Order: sequence, then C-alpha cells, then structure tokens
Amino acid sequence: MSTTKNINITLKIWRQKNAQSKGNLETYQLNNVSTSSSFLEMLDQLNEQLVNERKEPVAFDHDCREGICGMCSLYINGRAHGPDTGITTCQLHMRMFNDGDTIYVEPWRSTAFPVIKDLVVDRSSFDRIQQAGGFVSVNTSGRTMDANAIPVPKADADKAFEAAACIGCGACVATCKNGSAMLFVSAKVSQFALLPQGKVEATDRVLNMVRQMDEEGFGNCTNTGACEVECPKGISIENIARMNREYLSASATSDK
Amino acid sequence: MTKLDSKIPEGPLAQKWTRYKDHLKLVAPNNRPKIDVIVVGTGLAGASAAASLGEMGYNVKAFCFQDSPRRAHSIAAQGGINAAKNYQNDGDSVYRLFYDTIKGGDYRSREANVHRLAEVSGNIIDQCVAQGVPFAREYGGLLDNRSFGGTQVQRTFYAAGQTGQQLLLGAYSALSRQIGLGRVKMYNRHEMLELVKVDGKARGIIARNLVTGAIERHSAHAVVIASGGYGNVFFLSTNAMGSNVTAAWKVHKQGAYFANPCYVQIHPTCIPVHGTNQSKLTLMSESLRNSGRIWVPKKKEDAEAIRAGKLKPTQIKEEDRDYYLERRYPAFGNLVPRDVASRAAKERCDAGFGIEANDTNEGVYLDFSTEIQTKGKQTAYAKGNHNPTAEEITALGKKWLEEKYGNLFTMYQKITDENPYETPMKIYPAVHYTMGGVWVDYNLQSTIPGCFVAGEANFSDHGANRLGASALMQGLADGYFVLPYTISNYLADDIRTGKISTDSPEFAEAENKVKSAIDKFLKNNGTKSVDYFHKKLGHIMWNKVGMARKEQGLKEAIQEIAKLREEFQKDVYVPGEANELNPELEKVLRVADFMELGQLMAQDALQRKESCGGHFREEYQDAEGETLRDDTNFKFVGAWEYNGSDISTEVLHKEELVYEEIKIAARNYK
Ligand SMILES: Cc1cc2nc3c(=O)[nH]c(=O)nc-3n(C[C@H](O)[C@H](O)[C@H](O)COP(=O)(O)OP(=O)(O)OC[C@H]3O[C@@H](n4cnc5c(N)ncnc54)[C@H](O)[C@@H]3O)c2cc1C
Ligand code: SF4
Ligand code: FES
Repeated sequence: MSTTKNINITLKIWRQKNAQSKGNLETYQLNNVSTSSSFLEMLDQLNEQLVNERKEPVAFDHDCREGICGMCSLYINGRAHGPDTGITTCQLHMRMFNDGDTIYVEPWRSTAFPVIKDLVVDRSSFDRIQQAGGFVSVNTSGRTMDANAIPVPKADADKAFEAAACIGCGACVATCKNGSAMLFVSAKVSQFALLPQGKVEATDRVLNMVRQMDEEGFGNCTNTGACEVECPKGISIENIARMNREYLSASATSDK
Repeated sequence: MTKLDSKIPEGPLAQKWTRYKDHLKLVAPNNRPKIDVIVVGTGLAGASAAASLGEMGYNVKAFCFQDSPRRAHSIAAQGGINAAKNYQNDGDSVYRLFYDTIKGGDYRSREANVHRLAEVSGNIIDQCVAQGVPFAREYGGLLDNRSFGGTQVQRTFYAAGQTGQQLLLGAYSALSRQIGLGRVKMYNRHEMLELVKVDGKARGIIARNLVTGAIERHSAHAVVIASGGYGNVFFLSTNAMGSNVTAAWKVHKQGAYFANPCYVQIHPTCIPVHGTNQSKLTLMSESLRNSGRIWVPKKKEDAEAIRAGKLKPTQIKEEDRDYYLERRYPAFGNLVPRDVASRAAKERCDAGFGIEANDTNEGVYLDFSTEIQTKGKQTAYAKGNHNPTAEEITALGKKWLEEKYGNLFTMYQKITDENPYETPMKIYPAVHYTMGGVWVDYNLQSTIPGCFVAGEANFSDHGANRLGASALMQGLADGYFVLPYTISNYLADDIRTGKISTDSPEFAEAENKVKSAIDKFLKNNGTKSVDYFHKKLGHIMWNKVGMARKEQGLKEAIQEIAKLREEFQKDVYVPGEANELNPELEKVLRVADFMELGQLMAQDALQRKESCGGHFREEYQDAEGETLRDDTNFKFVGAWEYNGSDISTEVLHKEELVYEEIKIAARNYK
C-alpha cells in the first residue's frame, strides 16, 4: 500500500524560445512535491511557482492525462516517458523519485520532430504518413455490409487490436538512435494487414506509407529493438517484421 | 426574438427520418467544390462530419487545438458504443434502444431525435467494421457485446477498455484519407475564438494559430461546431485538460441559444481525489460495473478504521458489507444509471460510511472478488476441469478479468499504487459529461442560420442524463449520418453565392474583438495565475452546482461567480506574449468563458424547480431520496438567449417536449 510523502527535487529543464533559437538546460528547485502527484502535476506546480515569480512557465504538450491521447512526450533522465515501463509521461508518478533527486527533462529529439518551444515538438510528420495510406478506402455512407457478414478469427482481431493500440506519441522515434519510425508505421500497416477489410489495399498501403516515412526524414531501422522497450503501449517489433514481409511482397508485385 | 422551432417532421415516429431525408434538398456533385464548410473539432462528431463532407466533395476546413486530430478527447472513451443490432438475441430493437434512451434521460429529450439516433446506430457499427476498427470478437469470429448501465440487454460494442480510441482512429483514418486527397484542409494547433456572422448567417470564424499566435480569418458557407463538452467548468473532471466551452460559448454570444446548461453527468466510478495539486480525475469505465460490486461497510466504526489505515477492506466480513445498490435497486443492482449510482454513493458518504482517507472521506469500494470466483469456476468448467481447486479458480478468475479489463486495472494500479486484483478499487463520482449544450433543431442547426452543432457540444439527444456508451453513438451518428443530409439541404440555397470574402467589416470587427481580448489579458498585470481562478470557480461549482443543489446554494453561487469573474478580470496575470506558443494565454481565454457559463448553469439549475436525471434539487425528492420530476411545469427544454455581458439578464425560452409514442412515467429501476 502506498504512503504519500513530500519530496524536494532539482529540475534541469530544456528551455528554448522557439524553433529558430538555440536552447539550453535551466535549473529549478521545487519543494514539497507530493509523491502521489503525477509527473505533469509536478510540472504544473513548477509552472504555478514560475508564474507567481513572474517568470515564463515551461511549455509542454499534454491533454488527456490518462495515457491514451499520445499528446504528452518528454525525455526524462535519458528515457522516453521516464523511468517506468509501459506508461506515458502523464501516467508517471512522483513516487518513482526520491527526495533530493535531480531530474533532467528534455523534448523528443529527432530531425523529423523539430522543437517548437521548450518541450513541445512538431509531430505532424506522423499525420502525413497516415494520410498517405493509413486507412481503408471505404466511403462513409454506412451502406457497406452487415458488421457480422465476415467473421474474423478472434486471434487475428486481438492482434489487430494490439497493433491499433498505438497512441502516436513518437517515443519509439525519440528513443531510436537512428530516429526510425518503423514501429509506428508497422503498427498501422499490421492492424490493417491482419483484418480482411484491410487486406484488399495492403500492397498500396505499405508502399505509400513507407514512401512518406522516408520523405519525412525518419532514419532506417537497424533492429536494435529500443523502440519496443520504451513504447508505452507495448507495440511489438513483430509488427516491423510483418511490415517488412508486406513491403517485400508488395515491391515484388506492384506495377507502380 | 427568434421563436424556437424544433423542425420535427410530420408523420409516424418510425418513418420521420426516412421520409424527411427523401425530401431534403441536395447539392449536385459539380456544385459542391464551390462550397466551403468549416468544421471546428475533430472528435468523433467533427472528424466524421469533416470526412463525410469532404468525401461528398465540399471544400472542408477542419480545426483542432491539439497537435493532431487523432488526439481529440473522444480518444479517452473507454467502455463502448451502443447499437441496436440485437446480435445477442436478447430482445433488443431500435424501439428498445429508443425507449431506454428516453427513459434514461428522465423524459427530458426529444422523441424524434432519439428515435433517429437509434435507427442509425446499426449502420455505425457496419461503417466502423468496414474501416478496420478492431472491435472485440467472440471465438466464433463474430462481434462481442457487453452490458452498460440503464439497460437489460447486451448492446454495447467495445474494444477492450479503449473503444473511444479505436472509433476515433477509425474516423481519423477516414479524415486522413480526405486530407490526403486534398478535400479537407486540416488546421492543427488552431483555436477558434470567434464566430463571424454576415447578414445574420454564420459565414466564418476567427482562429488563433497556437504556434505563431497569428490571428486568422477563415470564411465558409456553413460552420459546424463539434467542440465537445464543458465539464471542465468544474476544474476537476474526467475531461482532458484542454476540453473547453469556448467555441460553443462564442456561438452562444453571437445569438445561438444555449440549452439545459444545468444538466451535468456525474460519473459514479472515478478514482477519488488525492490532493490539492490534482489536475484531473480519472474515470474507471462503467463497464467495470458488469463485474464489480459496489459497497461500503455496514458499520461506521469499520469505515473509520479503514480511513485510519487500521483495517483493510478484505478483512470486512461479507455480512458486514452494505452492497447498497443491490439493496436499494434489486432489479438493476450495480447497473442502475449513472445519476442514480452517483447519488447513492454520495448518500452513503454523507452519512459517514465513506472509506477514502482524503479531506472529505469520499470514496466507496468496487469489488471484483465475487466475479473472480464466478468466472474462475466457469472457465475451469469450460476447460473440462470439473473439480478445480480454490487456487485454480482464483487464478483463472483473475486471468478472465485481465482479458476483459486489463488496461483499466493497470491504469488504476499506476495511479493509486494498489492492486485491484487483490483489493477492491476505491471509487467516487466525478464530473464527466455535459448533456446541456448549444440548442439545435432536428437538423442540428442552432438558432443562427448556417451554424450547426454536433456531438457533446449540442444538447440534443440525452435529456437530463446520458446512458453509458451513447455519446460515442451520438457523435458518429451526427457526423456520418445526419449532418451530411441536413447541411446539404441548407447549402442548396448557396450554390450561387460564391466565395465568402474575409475582407468584410464583419470579419474585421470579429478579428479586432479577439485581438483586444488577448491584449487586455496580456497587459492586465494582475497578481494571480489562471489556475488560481479556475480552481476557485471549480470549487463553487462542485459545492453548489454539483451533485445536489438547493435554492439557497444556487443563489449564493450566482453571486459568488459574478464576483469571482470581476476579480478574475482585474487580477489575473498572464505571462508571455501574443505572437508565440503561450499556454497560459490559451487557458485564460477559456476560463473567461467558463466564468460566464458557470453563472448561467447556476441560473438554469435555480430555474428548474424539479429533480430530473443529473439535475438533483434537494427540495424535490421523495421519502426514499429518489428524484421528483415535475412534468406539469418543467417538461421543456430550457434554452437561454444571451443578452449582454451581465449573465443574469439572459432570457429563458422554452421548447415544450411532446411525447406521442412513449407514455411518460416515473423512472423506476427497482
Ligand atoms: C474518460 C471518458 C470516458 C468516456 N467513455 C465513454 C464511453 O465509453 N462511451 C461513450 O459513449 N462515451 C464516453 N465518454 C463520452 C464521450 O467520449 C464524449 O462525449 C465524446 O467523445 C465527445 O465527442 P465530440 O466529438 O463531441 O468532442 P471531443 O472528442 O471532445 O472533441 C472536441 C474537438 O474540438 C476541438 N476543439 C474544441 N474547442 C475548440 C476550439 N475553440 N477551436 C478549435 N478546436 C476546438 C478539439 O481540439 C477536439 O478536436 C467518455 C468521456 C470521458 C471523459
Ligand atoms: S509505436 Fe509505441 S512509442 Fe511508437 S508512437 Fe506508437 S505508442 Fe508511441
Ligand atoms: S496526456 Fe494524453 S497520453 Fe499523456
């Protein structure tokens, strides 16, 4: 059972005025942080302190604060989403830290995710990859066929769901020494490849999404597996293997 | 003064929508690219609307304040989506879904709208499956269903505890496809701050680019507001941090009536408050009530010992537990609707039986131990083990729970540091959903021509209380299956209008208004942060306009909010500049609108001298503490008209609700 206490910490936080300026780490002292606060509540507390001192608060991305929207990011003590596994930064709690700790907080670092301000980065490259092929080309009339017309083996449906659980946070890219987006892209490709509804366009989809991924400046995958370790949703690198197979057979058969 | 015309079509209820659709005006495909439509919001309602309108060939501009449309708050919905498919063959039908929704809403919603919703519900599931949404399936490969509160059939489709995510990603994929095809232009990190009217019609918006701070003019022939709900007026709620009322409120101030603002849903199963720095509350999906039993100790001294840390819930004997929902509502038990479950928890905690060691002792247990035994035995039998040991049963039962609710249990453990497989969850009601919203007619059009409102932002389908798994259904119904028809009908008169210029005085005026509001706050030079004021507002709202309201408290709330609003205007401090990413500036503009809305909510609650659904007036309850509705005097939608910056001068308009099909009755879940 948890017992809540208060701790004092030192923060080293990346501050950068905008995309054009150079940034640097600033040091802040923050006292009386409850260990049952979340990491972002700790940052709220810091920002409240900064505002009261008439200083500019730290900008960071967040919204749902329950690990599902994928908006929060942060490199904490050298790890994407901080020192716990299977969670996003907003689900990280201060009970993971000790009194007197110094905590480093930096933005995602990757050429395809330029910094906008402080800890906020631009991940719109992910959207453009989706726009290139992350869909099934059905119209939205609702006049398709009955939802139960095609049975899908539970095992396939479950696997498709596991791949679809990706929240598009970008931790995989941030943590990869090559800045590769393969885990993210392969999760989407796999979700559709595993379902009968997605199979029809599988060839075009994988070719288009990979082309866009390359155009956005993401690096190559060298199978280090770091992405899988830091992924908050446990997306498996099996998906990368599946995508590679899809890609190879698509390249071989495509007449484009 | 506009008269409220709900535009409900003639004819028998079950045929209204079909017949009406058949006679709506159309816009020919070659004319559609000449017509611009703005969609504010990319949640289920906005994304599905933008994708559908784009696919039809209109020129669509879509806006969201997050960094990607995929992150709209709909993503956080956990439990499921209803549809009258009757796949489980347990007697479900369009009529039954319609009936349950009207009854669940405590007879305060429109029959025609709700029936349409039930009619199109099946198509939603067909549509989503075709898009590759990976719903949960049974071993035979067909779709699985679960039960939700307020119903006695299994009609809820789900994807583990991430249904909203999967549905939104489905809608996002449809939207992405249209963006890729160039039919929708997406504006991420943009916030709508004003509606622009030209000749009385909605013709555009003013938006702020949240990265550069640029104030932009966007014109269109019609504007769709799908900006979500306003639960964050309470500061603490289950809504995402950015959820706000601004888009809806600006439209209201431009002349759209705001309906039933006092109807707020307090969700019974959320993680209790832990401390003063808490930024939001986390929902534990209602689907858990399928498997969990809610209780508090029967003896006050046990509750005290638990709060003092001297006793564990697992040490309380079965006969010393009060399963108060099963006791009070034997027919529905733990699956009573949300408002009923929430009030029952409050009743027990107010009486001194709360188990949480926080300031207010507010918390009750949600216990899975019975289900672990039941499911463990069933699984053992299904595997051919007819003589399982106690350990085997427990292990299998836990595994069953993990499959069904794994991510929710993990989420709970991460937040509280307690293991819900071993010890019951602690839960308490929290603000969750707002049934009120911009008043719309049957076409989902507000009282401003050309301004349509969809999803949680409108008031349309849930009356005084929304049933679980029905918001996702409504969002997608509005966006995929209603708006495309009704907007086309409106736009049919606009095919010769031509592009709407943004150089008009109307645009200039709207832009100046936005700029001066920003300027005012940045130069305010006050002494207190935005959050300071937001928390204060939340406090007033929760204590006086929350789960139980009374005349005295509401009158006080109105005064206190008006005073707080003045103080806020004078003394709020906003750092930073206008022409940069400035989260404090974003917040202050939203809180300014919450202040006005909060006051209107209290006024609406004061005006409604009855208890219904989520609106509970202490003066109006029966001997057993159940809500007392007043159908003679309050069977109406209360729609408020803005009348200048003094909110107490807003004017109430009434839309009388007519029940032709359903016999209106007391809501009974016993
Ligand atoms: C934790 C949680 C769990 C839930 N679970 C369920 C469930 O299981 N089943 C169910 O049926 N319902 C559930 N609900 C309710 C349901 O999720 C919501 O009612 C529904 O998703 C709202 O969808 P929407 O499209 O109306 O708005 P949202 O999804 O809230 O989207 C709002 C959009 O508007 C944009 N926006 C807002 N203001 C502006 C502005 N000024 N300028 C530009 N853009 C703006 C946002 O960026 C966003 O894109 C749940 C709600 C919560 C909080
Ligand atoms: S694969 Fe994992 S780490 Fe990468 S974007 Fe998806 S959820 Fe985030
Ligand atoms: S804020 Fe949504 S995942 Fe962290």
